[in-house]
Amino acid sequence: MRREPLIPLAESNAASTGSLGAAMAATLTRDLRQALRRRSELINPLAFFALVITLFPLGISPDKALLATLAPGLVWVAALLATLLSLDGLFRQDFDDGSLEQLLLTPQPLPLLVLAKVVGHWLLTGLPLALMAPLLGVMLGLPSAAFGVLMASLALGSMSLSLIGAIGAALTVGLRRGGVLLSLIILPLYIPVLIFGAGAVQSAVAGLPSLPHLAILGAMLALALLLAPLAIAAGLRLSVNG
Amino acid sequence: MSAPATFFAASSRWLPWLWSLAIIMLLIGSVWGLAFAPADYQQGNSFRIIYVHVPAAILAQSCFMLLAACAVIFLVWKIKLADMVATAAAPIGALMTALALFSGSVWGIPTWGTWWIWDARLTSMLIQLFLYLGVIVLRGAFASRDSGSRAASILALVGMVNIPIIKYSVDWWSTLHQPATFTLSEAPPMPASMWIPLLLMVMGFYAFFTALVLMRTRVEVLRRESAKQWVRLLLNIVPERASSVHAASVQAKDERH
Repeated sequence: MRREPLIPLAESNAASTGSLGAAMAATLTRDLRQALRRRSELINPLAFFALVITLFPLGISPDKALLATLAPGLVWVAALLATLLSLDGLFRQDFDDGSLEQLLLTPQPLPLLVLAKVVGHWLLTGLPLALMAPLLGVMLGLPSAAFGVLMASLALGSMSLSLIGAIGAALTVGLRRGGVLLSLIILPLYIPVLIFGAGAVQSAVAGLPSLPHLAILGAMLALALLLAPLAIAAGLRLSVNG
Repeated sequence: MSAPATFFAASSRWLPWLWSLAIIMLLIGSVWGLAFAPADYQQGNSFRIIYVHVPAAILAQSCFMLLAACAVIFLVWKIKLADMVATAAAPIGALMTALALFSGSVWGIPTWGTWWIWDARLTSMLIQLFLYLGVIVLRGAFASRDSGSRAASILALVGMVNIPIIKYSVDWWSTLHQPATFTLSEAPPMPASMWIPLLLMVMGFYAFFTALVLMRTRVEVLRRESAKQWVRLLLNIVPERASSVHAASVQAKDERH
């Protein structure tokens, strides 16, 4: 598998002279291009999402009314676990082949470059999960009126999930068996997002306004956008130097 | 003060006071609360669990704030003693959280008729227990102690975001759980003979917690500084070649630091 240099030669001039936007764009496009070269890995979280949703009717009951009441929570929990599953690989390859050290050495502020990487992760997992969710909603008998809110809540919430999860991924990337530890330290932090994400869909199903829930999800995202990149950068520094 | 040797000497002077304070307050508070305080007009004698439940819950939250404060001091000023305190305090905080959860669910039987309710306060306390476990496990997962310390500090700061959610969860999601007993702005809605022993218990728990953390920090200091001269002198492990004159001069130098 061909791995790309962190910042392509054509753009390296712009990057080294300090253009922050160019460096962030280069980081993002590199991540996206590399992910598109490994398409099978791209499908993993989506397949996991669909599989977990398939397990619930088999494990609980195929009763349509029962599934419809459980659907908001089930879809959200499955999407959350699918995000968690994909997080272990967020920095793993870059750590193994040394590009992470290059990222740390670039003159631009690390938190913003890391933010570009997390946006890439969201574009490749969170957004596809949100787009796929209505399909699984149909299978669970979710009323079609709630599909819009389901997608919006997942799109908003999964960005927070990517940001918070990247903190855990950065802290555990240097550990040999980081995967289990990652879920222990990250899942508790996911709970508020889950509560308001599933709450938005539930209120849409009940015919209530779901905007307050979405607004709180947005507020959490704003807070995560502000603070998480700093923690991710600190975690990466420690994992690379430690 | 931030030098481990100075801390070690100072804490040995504080400990007897702290322990006697803790034992006196806990004894008076628990005897008063369990035997002499009047029974609640609704809950009867079962309300007496409050004398364990509330102090443990307050301590569980305070301890996480201590962890976060230690994390800032360690990450910003690189003071190792702060990290030793965090190492010593985290398991006790986890224990206090578990105690608050356990006493809460025991209390749930006579009042709510069930061991567990998915109430906001209970749930966020459970989340806090997981956060404590994450901090403790993450610290141990690293081969180098310094990496583990920094990782645990970062996670403690991130987890601190959870504390306001715990604190205000009762107001946010109005639930079955009663709101906080003590507030700064008004007198507690119970007679003095009920809340004075509770206040004694809370202060006793704090003294007990401080004494315990100090003792555990002292052990941690000895463990980390075991190669240092002052520890070897303290434990009578004087290296072969060091004469008594040399040892004394080193000790004087240590004290100057």
